[in-house]
Amino acid sequence: MKHVIIGAGPAGVVAAETLRKLEPESDITLIGDEPEPPYSRMAIPYYLENKIDAAGTHLRKSADYFEQNNIEVLQSRIDAINTDKKILTPDTGEQINFDKLLIASGSSPVKPPIEGMDLPGVHNCWTLADANQIIDRAKPDAKVVLMGAGFIGCIILESLVSRGVKLTVAEMENRMVPRMMNEQSGTLLKQWCENKGVTVLTSARVSGIEKGSQHPLSVVMSVGGALPADLVICATGVRANIKLCEESDIETKQGILVNEFLQTTHPDIFAAGDVAQGRDFSTGQYSVQAIQPTAVEHARIAATNMTERREHLHRGSINMNVLDTLGLISSSFGDWEGLKGDDSCELGDNDRFRYLNLQFQDDILIGANTLGLTQHIGVLRGLIQSKTRLGKWKNKLANDPTLIMEAYLATVQGQA
Amino acid sequence: MAWTQKILRVNLSDGSIKVEPLNMEWADQYLGQRGLATRYFIEEVDPKVDPLSPENKMIMATGPLTGTMASTGGRYSVITKGPLTGAIACSNSGGFIGAEMKMAGWDMIIFEGKSPSPVYLYIENDKAELLPADDLWGKTVWEADEMLHKKHQDPQLRIACVGRPAEAGCLYAGIINDLHRAAGRSGVGTVMASKNLKAVAVRGTKGVGNIKDPARFMQATQEAKAVLAENAVTGEGLPAYGTQVLMNIVNEIGALPTRNMREVQFEGAHSVSGEAMHEPRKSDGKPNLTTNAACFGCTIACGRISTIDQGHFSVENKPEYWGSSGGLEYEAAWALGPNTGVDDLDALTYVNFLCNEDGFDPITFGATFSAAIDLFDSGAITTEHTGGMELIFGSAEALVWAVEALCKGEGFGKDLGLGSKRLCEKYGHPEFSMTVKGQEFPAYDPRGIQGMGLAYATSNRGACHLRGYTVASEVLGIPEKTDPLVTDGKPELVIAFQDATAAVDSSGLCLFTTFAWTLDNIAPQIDAACEGEWSVEKLAELGERVWNMERDFNLKAGLTAADDTLPKRLLKDAANVGPAKGKVAGLDVMLPKYYELRGWTNDGQLTDDVRSRLSLPA
Amino acid sequence: MQRSLQIDPGKCTGCLQCEMACSYENEGVFNPARSRIKVFTFHQEGRFVPYTCTQCDEAWCMQACPVDAIVLNAATGSKDILEDVCVGCKVCTIACPFGTVNYNSDTGKVIKCDLCGGDPKCAEACPTQAITYINADETGFDRMRAWAGKSDNQPRVQ
Ligand SMILES: Cc1cc2nc3c(=O)[nH]c(=O)nc-3n(C[C@H](O)[C@H](O)[C@H](O)COP(=O)(O)OP(=O)(O)OC[C@H]3O[C@@H](n4cnc5c(N)ncnc54)[C@H](O)[C@@H]3O)c2cc1C
Ligand code: SF4
Ligand code: SF4
Repeated sequence: MKHVIIGAGPAGVVAAETLRKLEPESDITLIGDEPEPPYSRMAIPYYLENKIDAAGTHLRKSADYFEQNNIEVLQSRIDAINTDKKILTPDTGEQINFDKLLIASGSSPVKPPIEGMDLPGVHNCWTLADANQIIDRAKPDAKVVLMGAGFIGCIILESLVSRGVKLTVAEMENRMVPRMMNEQSGTLLKQWCENKGVTVLTSARVSGIEKGSQHPLSVVMSVGGALPADLVICATGVRANIKLCEESDIETKQGILVNEFLQTTHPDIFAAGDVAQGRDFSTGQYSVQAIQPTAVEHARIAATNMTERREHLHRGSINMNVLDTLGLISSSFGDWEGLKGDDSCELGDNDRFRYLNLQFQDDILIGANTLGLTQHIGVLRGLIQSKTRLGKWKNKLANDPTLIMEAYLATVQGQA
Repeated sequence: MAWTQKILRVNLSDGSIKVEPLNMEWADQYLGQRGLATRYFIEEVDPKVDPLSPENKMIMATGPLTGTMASTGGRYSVITKGPLTGAIACSNSGGFIGAEMKMAGWDMIIFEGKSPSPVYLYIENDKAELLPADDLWGKTVWEADEMLHKKHQDPQLRIACVGRPAEAGCLYAGIINDLHRAAGRSGVGTVMASKNLKAVAVRGTKGVGNIKDPARFMQATQEAKAVLAENAVTGEGLPAYGTQVLMNIVNEIGALPTRNMREVQFEGAHSVSGEAMHEPRKSDGKPNLTTNAACFGCTIACGRISTIDQGHFSVENKPEYWGSSGGLEYEAAWALGPNTGVDDLDALTYVNFLCNEDGFDPITFGATFSAAIDLFDSGAITTEHTGGMELIFGSAEALVWAVEALCKGEGFGKDLGLGSKRLCEKYGHPEFSMTVKGQEFPAYDPRGIQGMGLAYATSNRGACHLRGYTVASEVLGIPEKTDPLVTDGKPELVIAFQDATAAVDSSGLCLFTTFAWTLDNIAPQIDAACEGEWSVEKLAELGERVWNMERDFNLKAGLTAADDTLPKRLLKDAANVGPAKGKVAGLDVMLPKYYELRGWTNDGQLTDDVRSRLSLPA
Repeated sequence: MQRSLQIDPGKCTGCLQCEMACSYENEGVFNPARSRIKVFTFHQEGRFVPYTCTQCDEAWCMQACPVDAIVLNAATGSKDILEDVCVGCKVCTIACPFGTVNYNSDTGKVIKCDLCGGDPKCAEACPTQAITYINADETGFDRMRAWAGKSDNQPRVQ
């Protein structure tokens, strides 16, 4: 059997490892187009902060790890897939044929359709190469404008502040992390950042970037005025890397369409990670989540299904995130916006930057937002994923939502 | 080191909070908790101060072993001048907040002044702030506890709080921590409330390190734990029955004060005993006792967690009391049961719940209620005073009525808040009050356990079993058996117990360990943890120093030898049944000897010899 | 034969000796707030429930880690945090559905039970045998693990 994987991010690497465990004899080839050994984008913020060196971002630490596991790693780019002949043509080197293919090509940042995005000093923060560019320019006291206070934007906030730059964040929506946190917690987050000396502009759209006078760049705001900048970082969202499927019969929408086996419309081709439009646990719909745990979950299931005699069902991944913004930790799980009819409870203490919101369907937890909470938050996933009926604990939680761990032990584990 | 070496000084009048270094010279002389806090207290407070005035202070203090792995190392004490007694008050509590204070980095908190409006102290490690408590005022301890947990969104927050009677001036209100552990006696909660301080809420995540010799400490504490585990009382009796293991024993030796100390044996003792708490109830087939529970770090776990039968008259329509909570320990069971003649276990448990929920001392409450029955019996009070309720011995309904009246502070409930001394004086029969220095007796009749008569009479905080628990020797044979009916040798015994107890109360450990431990087991643990050398001798001397210092304060406060006495009922009315039949408390022979052995003058004053030998402050 | 922690909440008195032993072993101080095992109190029910990582087969935490900072200890079966590799991203803390990996804001890393390398101090300290360290196939943790299988999205890879 010959397995080929396109994309050497977390999804690709975990899939390769899973395949190796299940099929010690098969050929496995992992193709990625970035020059570095397989690494984790998620570690980039810590690289920017000097917490780790570039090697600290690598997915597997020993240099000969892939060799040891008999996984062939190729650095090249695949622009098209010949699904009839099951052949790939890399931009360098020979053609590669496969029995089973996994597409784990991830996602890329979207470029907002405004002028000036190609000016020097305007960067994404997506790859190690981007990170190195940022490190070059984010010197102490440099003026930095961060476009987009989404999840990625917020997660690199701390690294930028720790580099001593003068930071302004411009977010189109009315609050920070609008797709992860509700209005109350997103607003608290903004306050927190402002208290820490970061300028946060919400409901603020950038209409273009121009060359500046005193500073190299000038970020023009649609409401008028412009922000001088030495560096502009664009974190305005991501889009699945599906271009390589364009000429093929692999169907795509937001991402590559897959079924509950993570199989694409071609039976021998699978997709996983940021590129796959997989099943969402909460909604039952198929969507792109673009988070690390989902990438890995996809990878293991897809890889299992690529081997013979195995049919592992993907019941859906929970969309979840944890975010550390200048020391304030927030998290979101599942359907944190809740259902219509709004069966939820919340507890907030604005002065102390604490907030907790639980969403229910009947007496089952379906989503949550937390702010300022770090202990035992994993049980929120446990409660959501196990779809446990909370019974009398629902009322107890409604009265005091901090009792999540107790509720979990009492219901899921039957301990009380 | 074991001390954090930091004190928090909270001035409630001006709202200021200061951090001070711990006086390490004093720490070497007074160790911590009771001893060290009393040293601070006498330095700073005029003995003549009105206990409920802003000039009185209140100290919450941990010991060096608080928050460590030493078994029972979770204690703290509250030191102030008591409103019930006018003497030094020192109430010791377990639970978890003491350790939490330590984990937050504080050896003690000194409260001074009075806040202009209700506040609570919130501590999160180094951060300490006074926050408004207007919404908590007028709430029970349990209600306030829930509100604070929710407000701070932290299930791990540890809270000490006063209840409604404290706010209303009940003179024996305690401070309740962790829902059902109490710094219960002498009205320390009344002092707290008089300062408009509703609660102290603590979260400490720094931990306790700083142990002098960690390896030796782990070894010493482990060995000491093995001693507790192997001992029949601490290894079996207390975990299984709690202190309630004593009910039947003390009844049998004829030392169970019954019906306001009229008698010394109670026919219903078994029904309210530790054994009975295990027995399935006829009504619902479940036992009163749900489980035993430990305080922080305690490997004994004498705590009772009880559940009342949902159909019991006291809770029938009150689902909020259907869950389990802190159950009866011996002194409370006695004060609410034998001493009032009530043998209804669930009724006593309910009353005990309310004592915890609203924060007052069940011993003084039970004894005050039984004195009220005597007053009723004598005709000094009538149904006019009680709004129709007949006060009679043995009536669970009357008991439940009384406790609810006290909690609400309505009608006769206000009178009950006076304590028995003031209540009986008010109604013209001071002889019905079973108190020393204004504080009610606990559950050992000195006619049947002679040493306890002397211990009560000389206790620095008024009648109390926890200052010199000769019961251990006279009843349980610890460390060796003495005859409870004789007075010979009792002064020596009382002094030894008083001094050792003062040392233990200064360490952060629980006194109950001394059912199995002597200072020989304790000294090595302190020595491994604390800077300096801590021998048995040093601890014994420290205990003596603390005892004399407290005495000194009381004398300066205006107490005299005349206050070292017992009520007439114990000195004149002989026991009518049981082994002690015909006996009265032999205080007259023991007291002079006691003064002599203490090195005091024959009117109970400290001498210069004693002062210099113990290096007491002037 | 690998061993695992067996927990019998019925025996627990809530004394927290286990939490102190754990924090002392791992942090050098007595500090329940940094304990890898945690005792939960059910006041109404009169019950104490000690709770920690079951070293589950799925090791959700290990899989979610983006930098390979959680590794299998072949000798004990525990999943151990490599502190110098951990970047503190906290993804494991939301990935573990049992809530047993926790963030330590003092160090900026996460902590979880590692069975003390095969000599768990909590079990040693527990005065009531509510926590014991016994042969894996006898443990009540199977129940806990069974749950993991119930809602498992992930194939078990042998
Ligand atoms: C700064 C930053 C912080 C983040 N923080 C978090 C976080 O805290 N939590 C979280 O859950 N997620 C986080 N993410 C998102 C997370 O990194 C992604 O969800 C994850 O990397 C997805 O893994 P993947 O393997 O699907 O895709 P990727 O990691 O994107 O890997 C895909 C690889 O395929 C390569 N590739 C693409 N197309 C081709 C082609 N045609 N030929 C060859 N190779 C190709 C790409 O270059 C890339 O190397 C963060 C991302 C960034 C950038
Ligand atoms: S921390 Fe959680 S996910 Fe990790 S091994 Fe333990 S139980 Fe499993
Ligand atoms: S040491 Fe044992 S008894 Fe004590 S809290 Fe832990 S599990 Fe419970």
